[in-house]
Amino acid sequence: MKAAAFNYQRVHSIQEALALLANHGDNAKLIAGGQSLLPSLNMRLSNPEILIDLQGVAELKGISFEGGIVRIGAMTTHTEIQNSKIIQEQLPLLTEAVPHIAHRAIRNLGTWGGSCVLGDPAAEWPACAVALDAVMVIAGPKGQRKVAAKDFFLDLYTTALEADEILVASEFTITSAKRVHYFEELSRRHGDYAVTGLVCSMQLEQNKITQSRVVYFSVASIPLLAQGLQKVLDNQSISDLANPSLIAQAQHSVQAEIQTLSDLTNSAEMKKHLLGVLLERAMKKLAS
Amino acid sequence: MQTTSITMTLNGQKIHAEVEPRQHLVDFLREDQALTGSHLGCEQGACGACTVKVDGKIVRGCLVLAVQANGSVVETIEGISASGAYKDLQQAFLKMNALQCGFCTSGMLLAAAELIETQPTATRTEIREWISGNYCRCTGYQAIVDAIAYVLEERQLAKK
Repeated sequence: MKAAAFNYQRVHSIQEALALLANHGDNAKLIAGGQSLLPSLNMRLSNPEILIDLQGVAELKGISFEGGIVRIGAMTTHTEIQNSKIIQEQLPLLTEAVPHIAHRAIRNLGTWGGSCVLGDPAAEWPACAVALDAVMVIAGPKGQRKVAAKDFFLDLYTTALEADEILVASEFTITSAKRVHYFEELSRRHGDYAVTGLVCSMQLEQNKITQSRVVYFSVASIPLLAQGLQKVLDNQSISDLANPSLIAQAQHSVQAEIQTLSDLTNSAEMKKHLLGVLLERAMKKLAS
Repeated sequence: MQTTSITMTLNGQKIHAEVEPRQHLVDFLREDQALTGSHLGCEQGACGACTVKVDGKIVRGCLVLAVQANGSVVETIEGISASGAYKDLQQAFLKMNALQCGFCTSGMLLAAAELIETQPTATRTEIREWISGNYCRCTGYQAIVDAIAYVLEERQLAKK
């Protein structure tokens, strides 16, 4: 189908975008890479009066590492994240996740911020943001505010971002502690929506696990941090993760804790089963 | 509704045009510029038949508005063919039966071309992952993977 008619304006600063948002209210829609918005316009699921294009806003772009904080600008593309030396060195979990996001032609335009703001339950970046305890930097008419990723994703396609606000960047605190991670996503075709995905990041202190964060995506309306599982895994030695009784205990913990929801093709029961499958694979891999 | 004037470098030539903001790039190329080598399949980003290059990178032509490409360098299969840069890839597709109806071919060639540039030593598995964003309903993909793998190998040999 063809999109309904709309007006279009390219802006060059956050201030300019905020002013247009304030003017047009709900009739305006921000466009980042457009890789989810264009299908919804083409299918007439979305019908804005004006599109505000952020591609010309330099202050929303790029990746930096200063004072122990990696900052990813909201308009940074998936391919730019994949190619970034800073990300490869400081946040390798993200480098590993990129190839699972759609396909190359889509990764060349789709952005970090667009994916986070959409809040698609099957998306990789929201889950990674929660697993890595990212902080979302938001600009609005009253200035800047920061929200922890775990408090940013509220419900299906719903985030803490208000209608008159813009996501500027995400920040990740890098410590000198040794970190290990795991990423796995099950999908029917490479690059398709995840049936179920697991993202894990944990800190190691002399082979003892601390601050283990296991996040599941595409199992409920938002990415879910398995908080009960953290108590099971923290203070274990990393090599013990392959221990069958610990695996069983961990599987029992997530399956009791996480309430899975069905999607169009996969039942809640199957997703519950897959929570355990992915966790076992993750634990065995991390132990080796 | 407003129309917007845009300029772009299309297959090496500077052009000016008036477009409606809602017109996506492939409709602009096919309807207004008579470049029908880029095909329109699903119009929702799933099939990859509309793949074109914007500022040197492959994109889904149905997921970019013509106005978003204002000021950009746009290349289509017509321009790529004329340049001869991927003649070997096109010949390999032909010789190895990597196309039947041809609907996916322009998108498949542009996707493969970016793989050749960015991952010159890609394995068959990596080729399959790379072209997973481009549907072909005729060949079963085997011949397409064969053709791309052949060109990668030939280009590696030529370097030695």
